[in-house]
Amino acid sequence: MGIKLKLEGVNVFFGNNRAVKDVNIDFHANMVTAIIGPSGCGKSTVLRSINRMHDMVPSARVTGKILLDQTDIYEKNADPVSIRRRIGMVFQKPNPFPAMSIYDNVIAGYKLNGRANRQESDEIVEGSLKRVALWDEVKDRLKKSAMELSGGQQQRLCIARTIAVRPEVILMDEPCSALDPIATAKIEELINELKEQYTVAIVTHNMQQAARVSDYTAFLYLGELIEFDRTGKIFTNPEKKHTEDYITGRFG
Amino acid sequence: MEREHIVKQYDTELNEIREKLLEMGGKVEMMISNSVKALVDRDSELADQTIILDHEINHLEVDTDERCLEVLARWQPTARDLRFITLALKIVTDLERIGDQCVSIATRVKELNEEPPLKPYIDLPRLAEASSIMVKEALDAFVRGDEQLAMKVCNDDQFVDDLNIQIQRELLTFMMEDPSTITRALKLNYISKYLERIADHSTNVAEMVIFMVKGKDIRHTSAPQSTLEGQ
Repeated sequence: MGIKLKLEGVNVFFGNNRAVKDVNIDFHANMVTAIIGPSGCGKSTVLRSINRMHDMVPSARVTGKILLDQTDIYEKNADPVSIRRRIGMVFQKPNPFPAMSIYDNVIAGYKLNGRANRQESDEIVEGSLKRVALWDEVKDRLKKSAMELSGGQQQRLCIARTIAVRPEVILMDEPCSALDPIATAKIEELINELKEQYTVAIVTHNMQQAARVSDYTAFLYLGELIEFDRTGKIFTNPEKKHTEDYITGRFG
Repeated sequence: MEREHIVKQYDTELNEIREKLLEMGGKVEMMISNSVKALVDRDSELADQTIILDHEINHLEVDTDERCLEVLARWQPTARDLRFITLALKIVTDLERIGDQCVSIATRVKELNEEPPLKPYIDLPRLAEASSIMVKEALDAFVRGDEQLAMKVCNDDQFVDDLNIQIQRELLTFMMEDPSTITRALKLNYISKYLERIADHSTNVAEMVIFMVKGKDIRHTSAPQSTLEGQ
């Protein structure tokens, strides 16, 4: 399996503060890569740099290369909107658009990227909701507000909205931290299914979740990449003592 | 039918471990039957094949252990899943030891085949068959979570123990009658003991199955049946 996304010597600065230091990570296509580390280690900052979310922060600066299929997403001519279409993102708290119906939520991103006729929209909404195993639960109330759904359902709706634009990479920033264990298990099963079609990167402060859902794990500490390896290896026999101390709960 | 986990990959990995154990079980059953067939037929080539097959058992042991460790680290199993994995780790060791016992049998067989036969073999094949069935039934009980079958295995151990003693007594008469038979009789004695040990390993597995299903540890108690009464 090839490398879909490659971070080469990535640094992220906020003013004079260097929050991410010279990070190199390969994200394998159709695999789940987890980024773990204690609070403030820079894991969300790394994730956000992958779809150029720091562009909106005036003091933020990203150096190094982030290659999506060997093309640097930070090169001068790159268009952030088309990059974000290829690299979707799911956030910690489910954030459906409150004034919109379930149907409109799913199709919102797709409409931003161009027009869709009625039949096409219907197909995308149904397909995306089926993909996240939400269709059967909401098919009779597509026109109702998305805020009527439970937290777990809202998060699956947000994932449906992300995949409706047919991205290639999905970034997830603590997607289960606001959910109960059963809703979490459903999202984890969904992540397992999504990797057949997409490349997934997930940031989580829940180490057990990283162990369960990911194929590769990157351990970050104080903005530096300490270790990157197969998840099975990281959680049974990591190379670095630092990693071992963290995953065994000896510091952090 | 057991309910599936929400995350299907978890079931897949547990099933893979189950299948690896069954594969190991199938191979050690074949080793038991071939090692004794090599004795009865005086077939040293078959004895060599049995010894070679043990490499596969060893390889499966390492592989299954690794899988179990990964499942423990990645899925953090709880309750019956936890009992299943910790038992799988122990069962692997018992199966590997059975493989080693078969290698010992095959080695003695090769030595015996260098000398004239001492006697026709009647009871040793019976002992081998009984031990082999115990291995199979212990694993079936493990896979199906069948504590009744596991209890049968525990109780069948007595038959094997008695047969082993009977064989040893018979061999003793040969040795007393003619000291030139001592070397061969001792080797046959060893073989009988190896088979009896194989049955003990099966009993270990069966006892663990009862723990897995009932959550009740019956090891080092005399009668499995009595400890399970009224539950």
